Amino acid sequence: MSKKLMQAVMFTLFRLLSLMVVCILFSIVGFIAYRGLAVLRPQFITGLPENGMTEGGIFPAIVGTLCLMTGSLLIAFPVGLLSGIYVSEFAPDNRLKRFIQIMTNSLAGTPSIIFGLFGMALFVNQLGFGDSILAGSLTLAILVLPVIIRSTEESLNAVNPAIRQASYALGATRWQTVYRALLPLALPDILSGLLVSFSRVSGETAPILFTVAAYYLPRMPSSVYDQVMALPYHLYVLSTSGTDPEATRSMAYGTALLLILIVLFFNVLTVLVRRLLSKYVNIK
Amino acid sequence: MSKLEARDVNLFFGAHQALKNISLQMEKHTVTALIGPSGCGKSTFLRLFNRMNDLHNDMRLSGTILVDNKNIYQRSADVDALRKKVGMVFQKPNPFPKSIFENVAYGLRINGVRNKNYIEERVTRSLQQASLWDDVKDNLNRPALQLSYGQQQRLCIARALAVEPSVLLMDEPTSALDPASASTIEELIYELKIKYTIVVVTHNMQQAARVSDRTAFFYLGELVEYDETKIIFTHPTHQRTQNYVTGRFG
Ligand SMILES: Nc1ncnc2c1ncn2[C@@H]1O[C@H](COP(=O)(O)OP(=O)(O)OP(=O)(O)O)[C@@H](O)[C@H]1O
Ligand SMILES: [Mg+2]
Repeated sequence: MSKKLMQAVMFTLFRLLSLMVVCILFSIVGFIAYRGLAVLRPQFITGLPENGMTEGGIFPAIVGTLCLMTGSLLIAFPVGLLSGIYVSEFAPDNRLKRFIQIMTNSLAGTPSIIFGLFGMALFVNQLGFGDSILAGSLTLAILVLPVIIRSTEESLNAVNPAIRQASYALGATRWQTVYRALLPLALPDILSGLLVSFSRVSGETAPILFTVAAYYLPRMPSSVYDQVMALPYHLYVLSTSGTDPEATRSMAYGTALLLILIVLFFNVLTVLVRRLLSKYVNIK
Repeated sequence: MSKLEARDVNLFFGAHQALKNISLQMEKHTVTALIGPSGCGKSTFLRLFNRMNDLHNDMRLSGTILVDNKNIYQRSADVDALRKKVGMVFQKPNPFPKSIFENVAYGLRINGVRNKNYIEERVTRSLQQASLWDDVKDNLNRPALQLSYGQQQRLCIARALAVEPSVLLMDEPTSALDPASASTIEELIYELKIKYTIVVVTHNMQQAARVSDRTAFFYLGELVEYDETKIIFTHPTHQRTQNYVTGRFG
Protein backbone atom coordinates (compact mmCIF):
# COMPACT_ATOMS: atom_id res chain seq x y z
CA MET A 1 0.00 0.00 0.00
CA SER A 2 1.35 3.42 -0.84
CA LYS A 3 2.22 5.82 1.94
CA LYS A 4 -0.38 8.30 0.80
CA LEU A 5 -3.17 5.71 0.70
CA MET A 6 -2.15 4.43 4.14
CA GLN A 7 -2.32 7.94 5.52
CA ALA A 8 -5.73 8.54 3.98
CA VAL A 9 -7.07 5.29 5.44
CA MET A 10 -5.71 6.08 8.92
CA PHE A 11 -7.05 9.61 8.89
CA THR A 12 -10.48 8.42 7.86
CA LEU A 13 -10.40 5.83 10.62
CA PHE A 14 -9.47 8.44 13.24
CA ARG A 15 -12.09 10.80 11.97
CA LEU A 16 -14.77 8.10 12.16
CA LEU A 17 -13.73 7.12 15.65
CA SER A 18 -13.82 10.65 17.00
CA LEU A 19 -17.13 11.17 15.23
CA MET A 20 -18.41 8.11 17.02
CA VAL A 21 -17.38 9.48 20.43
CA VAL A 22 -19.14 12.74 19.66
CA CYS A 23 -22.23 10.80 18.55
CA ILE A 24 -22.33 8.81 21.78
CA LEU A 25 -22.06 11.99 23.83
CA PHE A 26 -24.77 13.69 21.85
CA SER A 27 -27.11 10.72 22.07
CA ILE A 28 -26.76 10.61 25.85
CA VAL A 29 -27.49 14.30 26.23
CA GLY A 30 -30.15 14.11 23.51
CA PHE A 31 -31.89 11.19 25.16
CA ILE A 32 -31.97 12.88 28.54
CA ALA A 33 -33.10 16.16 27.02
CA TYR A 34 -35.81 14.34 25.07
CA ARG A 35 -37.16 12.62 28.16
CA GLY A 36 -36.58 15.48 30.58
CA LEU A 37 -37.43 18.61 28.63
CA ALA A 38 -41.17 18.08 29.05
CA VAL A 39 -41.02 18.33 32.86
CA LEU A 40 -38.47 21.16 32.91
CA ARG A 41 -41.04 23.90 33.51
CA PRO A 42 -40.59 26.90 35.79
CA GLN A 43 -42.61 25.26 38.57
CA PHE A 44 -40.36 22.22 38.40
CA ILE A 45 -37.31 24.37 38.97
CA THR A 46 -38.72 26.70 41.59
CA GLY A 47 -41.25 24.43 43.30
CA LEU A 48 -41.06 22.17 46.34
CA PRO A 49 -41.53 18.42 46.00
CA GLU A 50 -45.12 17.38 46.69
CA ASN A 51 -47.21 14.31 47.17
CA GLY A 52 -44.44 11.92 48.20
CA MET A 53 -42.10 13.51 45.63
CA THR A 54 -44.25 12.30 42.75
CA GLU A 55 -45.27 15.84 41.91
CA GLY A 56 -44.01 19.38 42.35
CA GLY A 57 -40.46 20.59 41.84
CA ILE A 58 -36.89 20.06 42.91
CA PHE A 59 -35.96 23.54 44.14
CA PRO A 60 -34.53 22.38 47.50
CA ALA A 61 -32.22 19.95 45.72
CA ILE A 62 -30.97 22.69 43.39
CA VAL A 63 -30.27 24.99 46.32
CA GLY A 64 -28.63 22.14 48.20
CA THR A 65 -26.30 21.29 45.34
CA LEU A 66 -25.38 24.95 44.81
CA CYS A 67 -24.62 25.25 48.55
CA LEU A 68 -22.39 22.19 48.43
CA MET A 69 -20.58 23.38 45.30
CA THR A 70 -19.93 26.78 46.80
CA GLY A 71 -18.99 25.44 50.21
CA SER A 72 -16.61 22.77 48.99
CA LEU A 73 -14.83 25.05 46.54
CA LEU A 74 -14.50 27.87 49.08
CA ILE A 75 -12.56 25.36 51.13
CA ALA A 76 -10.80 23.39 48.40
CA PHE A 77 -9.70 26.19 46.08
CA PRO A 78 -7.52 28.24 48.44
CA VAL A 79 -6.07 25.15 50.10
CA GLY A 80 -5.48 23.39 46.77
CA LEU A 81 -4.02 26.48 45.13
CA LEU A 82 -1.55 27.11 47.94
CA SER A 83 -0.58 23.43 48.15
CA GLY A 84 -0.06 23.29 44.40
CA ILE A 85 2.10 26.41 44.52
CA TYR A 86 4.07 24.96 47.39
CA VAL A 87 4.72 21.65 45.67
CA SER A 88 5.62 23.28 42.37
CA GLU A 89 7.68 26.29 43.46
CA PHE A 90 8.79 25.95 47.06
CA ALA A 91 9.22 22.30 48.03
CA PRO A 92 12.83 21.18 47.61
CA ASP A 93 13.09 18.55 44.88
CA ASN A 94 13.57 15.54 47.15
CA ARG A 95 11.92 12.30 48.25
CA LEU A 96 9.35 14.07 50.41
CA LYS A 97 8.14 16.04 47.41
CA ARG A 98 7.83 12.93 45.28
CA PHE A 99 6.02 11.20 48.14
CA ILE A 100 3.53 14.08 48.33
CA GLN A 101 3.01 13.88 44.56
CA ILE A 102 2.39 10.14 44.65
CA MET A 103 -0.03 10.51 47.57
CA THR A 104 -1.89 13.30 45.78
CA ASN A 105 -2.23 11.12 42.70
CA SER A 106 -3.52 8.13 44.60
CA LEU A 107 -5.93 10.34 46.47
CA ALA A 108 -7.26 11.56 43.13
CA GLY A 109 -7.91 7.97 42.11
CA THR A 110 -9.61 6.83 45.33
CA PRO A 111 -13.26 5.75 44.94
CA SER A 112 -15.52 8.49 46.20
CA ILE A 113 -17.45 6.25 48.59
CA ILE A 114 -14.25 6.01 50.67
CA PHE A 115 -14.33 9.78 51.07
CA GLY A 116 -17.95 9.49 52.10
CA LEU A 117 -17.12 7.02 54.86
CA PHE A 118 -14.16 9.08 55.98
CA GLY A 119 -16.24 12.26 56.02
CA MET A 120 -18.89 10.56 58.07
CA ALA A 121 -16.38 9.27 60.60
CA LEU A 122 -14.47 12.52 60.93
CA PHE A 123 -16.81 15.43 60.28
CA VAL A 124 -20.22 13.99 61.12
CA ASN A 125 -19.30 11.92 64.15
CA GLN A 126 -15.88 12.81 65.52
CA LEU A 127 -16.13 16.58 65.08
CA GLY A 128 -19.85 16.50 65.75
CA PHE A 129 -21.01 18.53 62.72
CA GLY A 130 -23.80 16.02 62.18
CA ASP A 131 -25.33 15.52 58.73
CA SER A 132 -24.80 19.05 57.49
CA ILE A 133 -23.72 21.32 54.65
CA LEU A 134 -20.47 21.82 56.55
CA ALA A 135 -19.70 18.11 56.80
CA GLY A 136 -20.73 17.53 53.17
CA SER A 137 -18.72 20.45 51.84
CA LEU A 138 -15.63 19.40 53.76
CA THR A 139 -15.94 15.86 52.42
CA LEU A 140 -16.39 17.06 48.85
CA ALA A 141 -13.51 19.49 49.34
CA ILE A 142 -11.17 16.65 50.27
CA LEU A 143 -12.41 14.74 47.25
CA VAL A 144 -11.48 17.48 44.77
CA LEU A 145 -8.41 18.78 46.58
CA PRO A 146 -6.01 16.46 44.72
CA VAL A 147 -7.46 17.56 41.38
CA ILE A 148 -6.92 21.23 42.21
CA ILE A 149 -3.42 20.61 43.58
CA ARG A 150 -2.41 18.67 40.48
CA SER A 151 -3.82 21.18 38.05
CA THR A 152 -2.18 24.10 39.87
CA GLU A 153 1.14 22.30 39.94
CA GLU A 154 0.96 21.31 36.30
CA SER A 155 -0.14 24.76 35.16
CA LEU A 156 2.81 26.35 36.95
CA ASN A 157 5.22 23.77 35.55
CA ALA A 158 3.91 24.45 32.08
CA VAL A 159 5.01 28.10 32.22
CA ASN A 160 8.12 28.64 30.10
CA PRO A 161 11.12 28.20 32.45
CA ALA A 162 12.76 31.24 30.86
CA ILE A 163 10.11 33.41 32.52
CA ARG A 164 10.97 32.01 35.93
CA GLN A 165 14.67 32.60 35.30
CA ALA A 166 14.08 36.14 34.10
CA SER A 167 12.23 36.93 37.29
CA TYR A 168 14.81 35.37 39.61
CA ALA A 169 17.63 37.07 37.72
CA LEU A 170 16.06 40.45 38.54
CA GLY A 171 16.23 39.67 42.24
CA ALA A 172 12.63 38.61 42.71
CA THR A 173 11.92 36.32 45.65
CA ARG A 174 10.16 33.03 45.08
CA TRP A 175 6.84 34.41 46.18
CA GLN A 176 7.19 37.51 43.98
CA THR A 177 8.05 35.27 41.05
CA VAL A 178 4.98 33.12 41.67
CA TYR A 179 2.69 36.02 42.27
CA ARG A 180 3.83 38.44 39.58
CA ALA A 181 5.26 36.33 36.81
CA LEU A 182 3.92 32.78 36.99
CA LEU A 183 0.38 32.92 38.40
CA PRO A 184 -0.98 35.35 35.78
CA LEU A 185 0.26 32.98 33.08
CA ALA A 186 -0.93 29.83 34.81
CA LEU A 187 -4.30 31.18 35.87
CA PRO A 188 -6.30 30.17 32.77
CA ASP A 189 -5.13 26.57 33.19
CA ILE A 190 -5.72 26.61 36.92
CA LEU A 191 -9.26 27.77 36.22
CA SER A 192 -9.84 24.81 33.93
CA GLY A 193 -8.84 22.53 36.78
CA LEU A 194 -11.29 24.37 38.98
CA LEU A 195 -14.04 23.75 36.47
CA VAL A 196 -13.40 20.01 36.47
CA SER A 197 -13.72 20.09 40.25
CA PHE A 198 -16.89 22.12 40.03
CA SER A 199 -18.51 19.62 37.70
CA ARG A 200 -17.30 16.73 39.79
CA VAL A 201 -18.70 18.22 43.01
CA SER A 202 -22.07 18.86 41.43
CA GLY A 203 -22.46 15.24 40.37
CA GLU A 204 -20.96 13.22 43.23
CA THR A 205 -23.41 11.12 45.22
CA ALA A 206 -21.36 8.80 47.41
CA PRO A 207 -19.53 11.44 49.46
CA ILE A 208 -22.73 13.27 50.39
CA LEU A 209 -24.76 10.15 51.09
CA PHE A 210 -23.65 9.85 54.72
CA THR A 211 -22.63 13.43 55.36
CA VAL A 212 -25.36 15.81 54.24
CA ALA A 213 -27.92 14.57 51.76
CA ALA A 214 -31.52 14.47 52.90
CA TYR A 215 -34.03 12.02 51.41
CA TYR A 216 -36.84 14.52 51.65
CA LEU A 217 -36.55 17.99 53.13
CA PRO A 218 -38.83 20.52 51.47
CA ARG A 219 -37.36 23.68 52.99
CA MET A 220 -34.35 25.96 52.62
CA PRO A 221 -31.25 25.54 54.82
CA SER A 222 -30.78 28.30 57.37
CA SER A 223 -27.22 27.54 58.46
CA VAL A 224 -24.22 25.41 57.51
CA TYR A 225 -25.30 22.90 60.15
CA ASP A 226 -28.48 22.09 58.22
CA GLN A 227 -29.02 19.08 56.03
CA VAL A 228 -30.00 19.67 52.40
CA MET A 229 -31.33 17.72 49.48
CA ALA A 230 -28.96 17.47 46.52
CA LEU A 231 -29.53 16.86 42.83
CA PRO A 232 -27.53 13.66 42.29
CA TYR A 233 -28.95 12.00 45.40
CA HIS A 234 -32.43 13.18 44.52
CA LEU A 235 -31.97 11.68 41.09
CA TYR A 236 -31.04 8.38 42.69
CA VAL A 237 -34.05 8.55 45.01
CA LEU A 238 -36.47 9.38 42.22
CA SER A 239 -35.32 6.59 39.96
CA THR A 240 -34.86 3.76 42.47
CA SER A 241 -36.12 4.22 45.98
CA GLY A 242 -38.81 6.85 45.80
CA THR A 243 -42.41 6.24 46.69
CA ASP A 244 -43.26 5.40 43.09
CA PRO A 245 -40.27 5.15 40.74
CA GLU A 246 -42.43 4.51 37.68
CA ALA A 247 -44.46 7.67 38.27
CA THR A 248 -41.38 9.81 38.88
CA ARG A 249 -39.37 8.54 35.91
CA SER A 250 -39.84 11.71 33.89
CA MET A 251 -39.00 13.86 36.93
CA ALA A 252 -35.77 11.90 37.21
CA TYR A 253 -34.92 12.79 33.64
CA GLY A 254 -35.76 16.41 34.33
CA THR A 255 -33.40 16.39 37.30
CA ALA A 256 -30.66 14.77 35.25
CA LEU A 257 -31.11 17.35 32.53
CA LEU A 258 -30.82 20.17 35.02
CA LEU A 259 -27.63 18.67 36.43
CA ILE A 260 -26.18 18.54 32.93
CA LEU A 261 -27.22 22.13 32.31
CA ILE A 262 -25.51 23.29 35.51
CA VAL A 263 -22.28 21.57 34.48
CA LEU A 264 -22.60 23.00 30.99
CA PHE A 265 -23.15 26.46 32.38
CA PHE A 266 -19.92 26.34 34.38
CA ASN A 267 -18.08 24.98 31.36
CA VAL A 268 -19.17 27.88 29.22
CA LEU A 269 -18.46 30.33 32.02
CA THR A 270 -14.93 29.03 32.41
CA VAL A 271 -14.23 29.20 28.69
CA LEU A 272 -15.36 32.83 28.70
CA VAL A 273 -13.37 33.77 31.80
CA ARG A 274 -10.36 31.93 30.42
CA ARG A 275 -10.51 33.83 27.18
CA LEU A 276 -10.87 37.14 28.95
CA LEU A 277 -7.99 36.34 31.26
CA SER A 278 -5.53 35.30 28.57
CA LYS A 279 -6.27 38.49 26.70
CA TYR A 280 -5.63 40.52 29.82
CA VAL A 281 -2.47 38.62 30.67
CA ASN A 282 -0.97 39.25 27.25
CA ILE A 283 -1.42 42.97 27.44
CA LYS A 284 -0.97 44.03 31.04
CA MET B 1 40.57 45.80 43.81
CA SER B 2 38.83 43.79 41.12
CA LYS B 3 35.09 43.89 40.60
CA LEU B 4 34.54 40.15 40.11
CA GLU B 5 36.79 37.38 41.24
CA ALA B 6 36.79 33.58 41.29
CA ARG B 7 39.28 31.77 43.52
CA ASP B 8 39.99 28.06 43.16
CA VAL B 9 36.48 27.31 42.03
CA ASN B 10 35.38 23.71 41.51
CA LEU B 11 31.79 23.05 40.58
CA PHE B 12 29.92 19.75 40.27
CA PHE B 13 26.52 18.85 38.91
CA GLY B 14 25.99 15.51 40.64
CA ALA B 15 29.09 13.49 39.77
CA HIS B 16 29.96 15.62 36.74
CA GLN B 17 32.62 18.26 37.33
CA ALA B 18 31.68 21.26 35.20
CA LEU B 19 34.39 23.68 36.44
CA LYS B 20 37.90 22.69 37.45
CA ASN B 21 40.00 24.81 39.73
CA ILE B 22 39.28 28.17 38.18
CA SER B 23 40.77 31.45 39.36
CA LEU B 24 40.16 34.67 37.48
CA GLN B 25 39.77 38.39 38.17
CA MET B 26 37.71 40.94 36.24
CA GLU B 27 38.22 44.67 36.61
CA LYS B 28 35.62 47.38 36.91
CA HIS B 29 34.25 48.89 33.68
CA THR B 30 35.73 46.26 31.42
CA VAL B 31 34.18 43.77 29.05
CA THR B 32 35.34 40.20 29.49
CA ALA B 33 34.54 37.61 26.84
CA LEU B 34 34.19 33.94 27.77
CA ILE B 35 34.90 31.66 24.82
CA GLY B 36 35.33 27.94 24.27
CA PRO B 37 33.67 24.93 22.68
CA SER B 38 30.13 23.93 23.59
CA GLY B 39 29.79 22.32 27.03
CA CYS B 40 33.10 23.66 28.36
CA GLY B 41 31.43 25.47 31.25
CA LYS B 42 31.10 29.10 30.08
CA SER B 43 27.46 29.49 31.06
CA THR B 44 28.03 27.68 34.33
CA PHE B 45 30.93 29.99 35.14
CA LEU B 46 28.92 33.07 34.21
CA ARG B 47 25.97 32.01 36.36
CA LEU B 48 28.20 31.69 39.40
CA PHE B 49 28.21 35.45 39.76
CA ASN B 50 24.45 35.85 40.20
CA ARG B 51 24.01 32.44 41.82
CA MET B 52 21.69 31.21 39.11
CA ASN B 53 23.28 27.75 39.35
CA ASP B 54 21.61 27.49 42.75
CA LEU B 55 18.38 26.64 40.97
CA HIS B 56 19.83 23.18 40.24
CA ASN B 57 19.68 21.25 43.45
CA ASP B 58 22.47 18.80 42.58
CA MET B 59 25.03 21.62 42.32
CA ARG B 60 28.07 21.51 44.62
CA LEU B 61 30.65 24.25 44.81
CA SER B 62 34.01 24.79 46.44
CA GLY B 63 36.22 27.85 46.32
CA THR B 64 35.32 31.51 46.63
CA ILE B 65 33.41 33.93 44.43
CA LEU B 66 33.82 37.60 45.21
CA VAL B 67 31.73 40.50 43.97
CA ASP B 68 33.04 43.86 45.20
CA ASN B 69 35.37 41.86 47.41
CA LYS B 70 32.50 40.18 49.23
CA ASN B 71 32.01 36.43 49.26
CA ILE B 72 28.60 36.00 47.68
CA TYR B 73 28.26 32.35 48.69
CA GLN B 74 28.71 32.82 52.42
CA ARG B 75 25.80 31.80 54.58
CA SER B 76 24.66 35.33 55.39
CA ALA B 77 24.71 36.49 51.75
CA ASP B 78 21.48 37.97 50.40
CA VAL B 79 20.88 36.30 47.04
CA ASP B 80 18.04 38.60 45.96
CA ALA B 81 20.13 41.69 46.67
CA LEU B 82 23.03 40.15 44.75
CA ARG B 83 20.83 39.60 41.70
CA LYS B 84 19.79 43.24 41.75
CA LYS B 85 23.42 44.22 41.65
CA VAL B 86 24.40 41.62 39.05
CA GLY B 87 21.97 41.71 36.13
CA MET B 88 21.65 39.02 33.48
CA VAL B 89 20.69 38.82 29.83
CA PHE B 90 19.88 35.40 28.41
CA GLN B 91 20.60 33.73 25.10
CA LYS B 92 16.98 33.80 23.97
CA PRO B 93 15.04 37.00 24.59
CA ASN B 94 12.66 36.20 27.45
CA PRO B 95 10.39 39.20 28.03
CA PHE B 96 7.39 38.70 30.30
CA PRO B 97 4.09 38.53 28.43
CA LYS B 98 3.28 42.01 29.72
CA SER B 99 3.50 45.45 28.19
CA ILE B 100 6.84 47.01 27.27
CA PHE B 101 6.49 49.38 30.20
CA GLU B 102 5.66 46.66 32.71
CA ASN B 103 8.59 44.58 31.56
CA VAL B 104 11.07 47.31 32.37
CA ALA B 105 9.22 48.30 35.54
CA TYR B 106 9.17 44.72 36.85
CA GLY B 107 12.47 44.94 38.70
CA LEU B 108 11.47 48.22 40.32
CA ARG B 109 8.09 46.93 41.40
CA ILE B 110 9.51 43.84 43.05
CA ASN B 111 11.86 46.17 44.91
CA GLY B 112 8.86 47.92 46.36
CA VAL B 113 9.24 51.14 44.35
CA ARG B 114 5.85 52.87 44.33
CA ASN B 115 6.69 56.36 43.12
CA LYS B 116 5.10 56.60 39.67
CA ASN B 117 7.27 59.43 38.42
CA TYR B 118 10.41 57.66 39.46
CA ILE B 119 9.30 54.44 37.77
CA GLU B 120 8.50 56.30 34.55
CA GLU B 121 11.84 58.05 34.66
CA ARG B 122 13.74 54.80 35.17
CA VAL B 123 11.80 53.05 32.41
CA THR B 124 12.52 55.86 29.96
CA ARG B 125 16.17 56.05 30.92
CA SER B 126 16.67 52.27 30.70
CA LEU B 127 15.00 52.07 27.30
CA GLN B 128 17.26 54.89 26.11
CA GLN B 129 20.34 53.15 27.44
CA ALA B 130 19.33 49.98 25.64
CA SER B 131 18.79 52.01 22.40
CA LEU B 132 15.21 50.89 22.26
CA TRP B 133 13.54 54.16 23.19
CA ASP B 134 13.13 55.50 19.66
CA ASP B 135 11.53 52.23 18.53
CA VAL B 136 8.91 52.10 21.26
CA LYS B 137 8.37 55.58 22.67
CA ASP B 138 5.06 56.03 20.81
CA ASN B 139 3.35 53.28 22.73
CA LEU B 140 4.89 51.73 25.80
CA ASN B 141 1.69 49.81 26.49
CA ARG B 142 2.15 47.50 23.53
CA PRO B 143 2.64 43.84 24.43
CA ALA B 144 6.35 43.11 24.56
CA LEU B 145 5.87 39.94 22.55
CA GLN B 146 4.86 42.01 19.53
CA LEU B 147 8.40 43.38 19.25
CA SER B 148 10.90 41.82 16.87
CA TYR B 149 13.43 39.38 18.29
CA GLY B 150 16.21 41.95 18.31
CA GLN B 151 13.99 44.53 19.97
CA GLN B 152 12.94 41.97 22.55
CA GLN B 153 16.57 41.34 23.42
CA ARG B 154 17.18 45.07 23.85
CA LEU B 155 14.07 45.17 26.01
CA CYS B 156 15.60 42.46 28.18
CA ILE B 157 18.73 44.57 28.47
CA ALA B 158 16.62 47.58 29.46
CA ARG B 159 14.80 45.43 31.99
CA ALA B 160 18.11 44.40 33.53
CA LEU B 161 19.40 47.99 33.58
CA ALA B 162 16.28 49.39 35.25
CA VAL B 163 17.29 48.16 38.71
CA GLU B 164 20.67 49.89 38.32
CA PRO B 165 23.01 46.94 38.55
CA SER B 166 26.75 47.44 38.39
CA VAL B 167 27.49 44.16 36.61
CA LEU B 168 25.86 42.76 33.49
CA LEU B 169 26.18 39.07 32.66
CA MET B 170 25.30 38.19 29.07
CA ASP B 171 25.02 34.60 27.91
CA GLU B 172 25.30 34.57 24.11
CA PRO B 173 23.08 37.63 23.87
CA THR B 174 23.19 37.82 20.07
CA SER B 175 23.24 34.18 19.00
CA ALA B 176 19.47 34.10 18.38
CA LEU B 177 19.47 37.39 16.46
CA ASP B 178 19.91 38.55 12.88
CA PRO B 179 23.25 40.22 12.01
CA ALA B 180 21.87 43.79 12.12
CA SER B 181 20.29 43.34 15.56
CA ALA B 182 23.44 41.61 16.73
CA SER B 183 25.65 44.52 15.75
CA THR B 184 23.27 46.98 17.46
CA ILE B 185 23.74 45.01 20.66
CA GLU B 186 27.49 44.85 20.19
CA GLU B 187 27.61 48.65 19.94
CA LEU B 188 25.46 48.78 23.03
CA ILE B 189 27.87 46.60 24.99
CA TYR B 190 30.65 48.93 23.96
CA GLU B 191 28.77 51.96 25.27
CA LEU B 192 27.56 50.31 28.44
CA LYS B 193 30.99 49.44 29.71
CA ILE B 194 31.50 53.07 30.71
CA LYS B 195 29.08 52.44 33.56
CA TYR B 196 29.00 48.69 33.97
CA THR B 197 31.26 45.72 34.31
CA ILE B 198 30.26 43.28 31.59
CA VAL B 199 30.90 39.58 31.12
CA VAL B 200 29.75 38.15 27.83
CA VAL B 201 29.71 34.53 26.66
CA THR B 202 30.04 34.20 22.91
CA HIS B 203 30.69 31.67 20.18
CA ASN B 204 31.43 34.43 17.73
CA MET B 205 35.17 35.10 17.62
CA GLN B 206 34.81 38.39 15.73
CA GLN B 207 32.36 39.54 18.37
CA ALA B 208 34.71 38.64 21.20
CA ALA B 209 37.53 40.46 19.42
CA ARG B 210 35.38 43.53 18.76
CA VAL B 211 33.71 44.09 22.12
CA SER B 212 35.95 42.71 24.83
CA ASP B 213 38.99 43.99 26.69
CA ARG B 214 39.99 40.61 28.01
CA THR B 215 39.13 37.11 26.91
CA ALA B 216 39.02 33.84 28.83
CA PHE B 217 39.30 30.60 26.93
CA PHE B 218 37.66 27.58 28.58
CA TYR B 219 38.16 23.98 27.60
CA LEU B 220 36.46 20.97 29.26
CA GLY B 221 35.79 22.88 32.46
CA GLU B 222 39.27 24.32 32.72
CA LEU B 223 40.43 27.85 32.18
CA VAL B 224 43.13 27.41 29.58
CA GLU B 225 44.12 31.01 29.09
CA TYR B 226 43.02 34.44 30.22
CA ASP B 227 44.59 37.58 28.86
CA GLU B 228 44.04 40.78 26.96
CA THR B 229 41.80 40.10 23.99
CA LYS B 230 44.45 41.39 21.59
CA ILE B 231 46.95 38.88 22.86
CA ILE B 232 44.50 35.97 22.89
CA PHE B 233 43.67 36.62 19.26
CA THR B 234 47.16 37.39 17.98
CA HIS B 235 49.71 35.36 19.90
CA PRO B 236 48.19 33.25 22.67
CA THR B 237 50.47 31.19 24.88
CA HIS B 238 48.67 27.88 24.36
CA GLN B 239 48.42 25.96 21.12
CA ARG B 240 44.86 24.98 22.02
CA THR B 241 43.78 28.62 22.27
CA GLN B 242 45.46 29.35 18.97
CA ASN B 243 43.61 26.48 17.31
CA TYR B 244 40.27 27.54 18.74
CA VAL B 245 40.40 31.24 17.88
CA THR B 246 41.60 30.52 14.38
CA GLY B 247 38.73 28.08 13.91
CA ARG B 248 40.78 24.92 13.60
CA PHE B 249 38.51 23.11 16.07
CA GLY B 250 35.49 23.83 18.14
N1 LIG C 1 21.91 21.31 35.60
C1 LIG C 1 22.92 20.56 35.14
N2 LIG C 1 23.02 19.27 35.55
C2 LIG C 1 24.02 18.48 35.11
N3 LIG C 1 24.97 18.88 34.25
C3 LIG C 1 24.92 20.15 33.80
C4 LIG C 1 23.90 21.06 34.22
N4 LIG C 1 24.11 22.24 33.60
C5 LIG C 1 25.21 22.08 32.85
N5 LIG C 1 25.71 20.83 32.95
C6 LIG C 1 26.93 20.30 32.30
O1 LIG C 1 27.99 21.14 32.63
C7 LIG C 1 28.84 21.34 31.52
C8 LIG C 1 28.98 22.81 31.25
O2 LIG C 1 27.76 23.33 30.77
P1 LIG C 1 27.58 24.84 30.30
O3 LIG C 1 26.17 25.05 30.03
O4 LIG C 1 28.24 25.72 31.29
O5 LIG C 1 28.43 24.83 28.94
P2 LIG C 1 28.64 26.04 27.91
O6 LIG C 1 30.11 26.22 27.79
O7 LIG C 1 27.82 27.20 28.28
O8 LIG C 1 28.09 25.38 26.58
P3 LIG C 1 27.31 26.10 25.37
O9 LIG C 1 28.33 26.83 24.60
O10 LIG C 1 26.75 24.95 24.60
O11 LIG C 1 26.27 26.98 25.97
C9 LIG C 1 28.24 20.56 30.38
O12 LIG C 1 28.93 19.34 30.26
C10 LIG C 1 26.81 20.33 30.80
O13 LIG C 1 26.34 19.11 30.29
MG1 LIG D 1 26.07 28.15 27.45
